[in-house]
Amino acid sequence: MAKEIKELTCINCPLGCALEVTLEDGEVTAVSGNTCPRGEAYGKKEVTNPTRIVTSTVRVTGGTRPVVSGKTKEDIPKSAIFDITDALADAQVKAPVNIGDVLVENIAGTGVDFVATAHVSAA
Amino acid sequence: MSETSQKEMTGEKMSVTSVSSANPTSAKAISESDIKALPSHDLIVVGGGPAGLAAAVAAFDAGITDVLILERDNELGGILNQCIHNGFGLHTFKEELTGPEYAERFEKLAEERDIPYQLNTMTLDIVPVDIAGTHAGCIVSAVSKTHGYQQFFAKAVILAMGCRERPRGALNIAGTRPAGVFSAGTAQRFVNLEGEMPGKKVFVLGSGDIGLIMARRMVLEGAEVLGVAEIMPFSGGLKRNIVQCLNDYDIPLFLSHTVVDIRGKERVEGITIAEVDDHMKPIPGTEKSFDVDTLLLSCGLLPENELSSKAGVQLSPATKGAVVDNTLQTSIPGVFACGNVLHVHDLVDYVSQEAKLAGECAAEYLEKGAGAAGASDTEGEARIVTVKPGNGVSYTVPSILHLNALAPTTIIRFRVRAVFKRAAIKVTLNGEELMSKKRPVMAPGEMEQVILAKEKIFSALENTNPQGSESVLEISIEQS
Repeated sequence: MAKEIKELTCINCPLGCALEVTLEDGEVTAVSGNTCPRGEAYGKKEVTNPTRIVTSTVRVTGGTRPVVSGKTKEDIPKSAIFDITDALADAQVKAPVNIGDVLVENIAGTGVDFVATAHVSAA
Repeated sequence: MSETSQKEMTGEKMSVTSVSSANPTSAKAISESDIKALPSHDLIVVGGGPAGLAAAVAAFDAGITDVLILERDNELGGILNQCIHNGFGLHTFKEELTGPEYAERFEKLAEERDIPYQLNTMTLDIVPVDIAGTHAGCIVSAVSKTHGYQQFFAKAVILAMGCRERPRGALNIAGTRPAGVFSAGTAQRFVNLEGEMPGKKVFVLGSGDIGLIMARRMVLEGAEVLGVAEIMPFSGGLKRNIVQCLNDYDIPLFLSHTVVDIRGKERVEGITIAEVDDHMKPIPGTEKSFDVDTLLLSCGLLPENELSSKAGVQLSPATKGAVVDNTLQTSIPGVFACGNVLHVHDLVDYVSQEAKLAGECAAEYLEKGAGAAGASDTEGEARIVTVKPGNGVSYTVPSILHLNALAPTTIIRFRVRAVFKRAAIKVTLNGEELMSKKRPVMAPGEMEQVILAKEKIFSALENTNPQGSESVLEISIEQS
């Protein structure tokens, strides 16, 4: 059986427990170093399915500002971060843009939309 | 105030030749009729960022509808507009918002109430004025392209000007003076609002949250970030940012390191870092060089209090913000302070909370007259408690409690001096323990708070100092 130990820092609180997560054949069999249940849950998720919200900007044409900020509407797999930034580099939207508007649909095939987090009025 | 400027002020347009307000001493001569000739507001809020907006909304909801917000930028929201990362509002809205989204929630609250504001308007001066020997309010002067030079009379003022970053000039970094050295917040504005990249190969000095967040931001925009140096043996940023901004992108963090040289003539060509000893002196032989075109500085924030100090507001050397009492009132009656201009916060949720209190207390001051707040007590009633930072605590806000203005609960916010593990926060009043709270870990980068009940304070006073007016409440850290 392939046994692997991963070391992480828990981010749930300022304590920042040093976690050791034991994986056996891709399954978490033990989490140690945590001082609360949140640490265990974080450790499990972070080694099996780490996800992030990605925030960035998209070019705007005809607006009062050259860019508008946005985010992935939900968590995306951590491994897809750079596919998303690549997709954003080519994206462009027309002003006006409102908070919540979809800037890029199903970004980088993640099934998650990239939505605006700010307003940009038409110039 | 001179006769000429007075005439100019009564007209629709006010002339910039009225310079008398730049000299606070001349304000003493102002007459009641001079003041009545000025456009007047119950409350002027200086700054339309998160603190100013929350304060204006709270004052409005407490019955003060004659409020004016003065904002120097071209939109409301302050620094939140450029903080496009998420993690804002977990306490206030129970969800993770980005900076602009958090700002928008409060902008909406202000708009729903039709609270007037002026954008692109720089407040120049706040001058306290007396009428017949009694403090009446402040003359606030401001300038904008649309309205020109304006003067207002405000019965109360809330200071909500925020803070700014410590610049290179305040850091004593050796080396040349090329382009390519930016404060992290300046770079953040370039990238997130103006759509411009400040550089391609980046090093960051200082591990404050903005520095960490900008390290990630530059990577996401295609730059290479070679490292972050922090002079202290611990990071000034949140754990979450160390993991999600540095570790996620394999950006090394050099603790106990600082930049000792910047190279390049026209543009930064490289920097050198070195390890520092216990006295923060670079240790020879530990130097490492990096070829970079950009150095970002995230070396601390300073409350922006030029207006406050010119107005005569007493400032604290520890926070660099105003000295305030439990109503967030400064040393000038009717002048309140909140948000990062009062002390630098790490979470905007606490800014909003604090600003709400400032707005409510300003409203109470306006409704009940000066007597609502302690500063203008008659001598016999003026019972105060001085709040003192004890062992391991660098400052407290507030630093004075006016007992006659004590709310059912009082929040005292503070920062610890160093990292403490498995320690306790101890609060004493004249030596008697009010409370003791165990904390697994505390760090200077994360603001701490204690909440004290009015009854507890009064019963401890009854035990220790029933008659006296000089009591001391001390907050200290005890290592167990």
